[in-house]
Amino acid sequence: MNPEKVVFGFFIVLALTLNFGFFIGEIDNPEHHHAWELFAVVLVNLIATVLKFGDRTHMGALLLATSLVAILQLVTASLIWAIAAHATTGGVTSSVTASIVSLSGGAMIANVISVVLLVIETYTLRR
Amino acid sequence: MDNIVYLIMRRMRVPLLLLIGVYAVAMAGMVLIPARDAAGDPVPMSFFHAFYFVSYMSTTIGFGELPNEFTDAQRIWVAFCVFATVAVWVYAVGTLIALLQDSTFQRAITERRFRKRVRRLRDPFYLVCGYGQTGGALVRSLTDRHDHAVVIDIDPERVNLLKLDDQREYVPALCADACQPANLEAAGLQHALCKGVVALTNVNEVNLQIAIAAKLMHPRIKVICRADSHEIEANMASVGTDHIYDPFDTFALDMAIAIQAPCLTLLGDWLSGVEGEPLGEPIYPPSKGRWVLCGYGRFGKAMYRYLSEQDLALTVIEALPHKTGVPKEGVVHGRGTEAVTLEQAGIQDAVGLVAGTDNDADNLSIIMTALELNPDLFVVARENHLHNQILFDRVGAKVVMLPSRIIAERIRVRLGTPLLAEFLTFARYQEDNWACELVSRIAALVDDEAPHVWEVRVDEVDAPALCDEDRRGTAVTIAQLLCDPRARERSLPVIVLMRLHNDARRPLPEGAERIRTGDRLLCCGRAEASRCMTWTMRNPWVLRYVRTGETGPDGGVWRWLARRREQAHKAAPAKR
Repeated sequence: MNPEKVVFGFFIVLALTLNFGFFIGEIDNPEHHHAWELFAVVLVNLIATVLKFGDRTHMGALLLATSLVAILQLVTASLIWAIAAHATTGGVTSSVTASIVSLSGGAMIANVISVVLLVIETYTLRR
Repeated sequence: MDNIVYLIMRRMRVPLLLLIGVYAVAMAGMVLIPARDAAGDPVPMSFFHAFYFVSYMSTTIGFGELPNEFTDAQRIWVAFCVFATVAVWVYAVGTLIALLQDSTFQRAITERRFRKRVRRLRDPFYLVCGYGQTGGALVRSLTDRHDHAVVIDIDPERVNLLKLDDQREYVPALCADACQPANLEAAGLQHALCKGVVALTNVNEVNLQIAIAAKLMHPRIKVICRADSHEIEANMASVGTDHIYDPFDTFALDMAIAIQAPCLTLLGDWLSGVEGEPLGEPIYPPSKGRWVLCGYGRFGKAMYRYLSEQDLALTVIEALPHKTGVPKEGVVHGRGTEAVTLEQAGIQDAVGLVAGTDNDADNLSIIMTALELNPDLFVVARENHLHNQILFDRVGAKVVMLPSRIIAERIRVRLGTPLLAEFLTFARYQEDNWACELVSRIAALVDDEAPHVWEVRVDEVDAPALCDEDRRGTAVTIAQLLCDPRARERSLPVIVLMRLHNDARRPLPEGAERIRTGDRLLCCGRAEASRCMTWTMRNPWVLRYVRTGETGPDGGVWRWLARRREQAHKAAPAKR
């Protein structure tokens, strides 16, 4: 057992599960989507991205790309949240929540692809 | 490119992970600990404010406590976080700077820049492996003729030296082992414009390996090698190396030719000399009498072989005969630097001396001692190191043999003007009178500077006007091409040495010969004459002038007017 692979798989799967946790719930209800969840999702995704650095294989490049997509979506979602909460008078309305959650939904798809790739890679290894 | 990005990513993985972790913990603490709003009521800090605060805290920018004054609980947390985040930041930045200074990283950057430069080369170039004396001389002569070169050398000092040398063209250089095919590939071995590979390292095996790699990776490429031993030469020839140069054999053969045909040697010297330098004087090595050879190493053996073919009596002086082996008779043991040994070898009644040891101090000492004993000697000196040039200039040797320069000259001629190399090979089979006549013709052409020697390709690129005339069936002769385009009754100071027509070589072609598309001409003369010839070959009006002497109307309107006038002229007599 390679401990590096354990950590790697752990973070990639955790990124997906946390993302799912944040995403689930009524799309426009701020009560169903907590800021702490988003914080955790961004954090774990960042860690997963950095872990994917420096892999020269084609699979590694693809994994990195999916992570970068997820980060892009999640950072955009956080930015929207921060701007809505602090820079506008309206605050986090239901429409803002809807766009934040849909962005995180996009990130979740990227994370799903990540996990699928990971599974494929593991399958092809046969060791 | 990939190398650098991956290197950064790999090295920055741990610092970045630490940074993310510490930020997350600090932010989480800031959000968890209740803050106060402006009125003093407890409110939670938002993630946005936590991130904002941690960012400027960790980079020690320190804007103060925002958005409101902190509670003591927050300050306790911040007091811990400051040390953790700042330390991690310093670590991350330190790693990045260390990475930038890392030699592996630096090499990756230099190599990448080198690859990019080679890939962007838009002119034909030669790949020169080994930038020692020979390589340096070759690169200089190539760039002086505005040819391009790419250099590989294993010694970083020599690569730095190349950057200091003031070359006329930019020469990309890589410090790498030329034995490794990957490095040759980086230096453009498979580049479409790579015209040839020149292996000039001082290790025979490396040269051989370069030849093999070049022939396998780019089979149609020209490969030129330096070799010091006959065994390696045979090996190189077997892998298909185009030209192999052994400095000692080459020079010894030249000496043998000089004894038989001094004019021929002079002709070769003049034509392959560097343009603009004063013309050399002819040398007349004595063809009768006894020669003394000091040193029976690689050079001594080559000289012995070629001189004995000229039926000259030879005496060899060798200090270590058991190591080098010696001929059966006429051997004196010793170094030759002492008068005793030289007298023993009969220097007083000898006509020639070859100071051919591999030690410059010994050679100089031999020459000085020998000239004292017999001032009329014809002295051939072997100079091993270029930096002793100034001493060899003064010692009184008639001919100085510098291995690196000989090879560099030969390869330069071979690469720069391949037709000249063929012409000189042809000349070798001619009588000396033939050469003497040509030498006097050249001397009349140029004052006392070495002539400009160049190749003319009659094709659409270099001679569009000429090709156009040829297509129309108009004959343009060599004599017409040599007319001065400013006044056609004068002829340009040019001699056409050779014409290559359908792979048939015609040395010194007649003026009446017609030039056809696809021909190649080897010309020698003054540099400005070559520009005049280019003018004639490119400009149809100039070509018409040198052909017919007419300077007709050039523009469309003038031609139309001229045609009308001609028609009117024809019509007028008919009316009458």
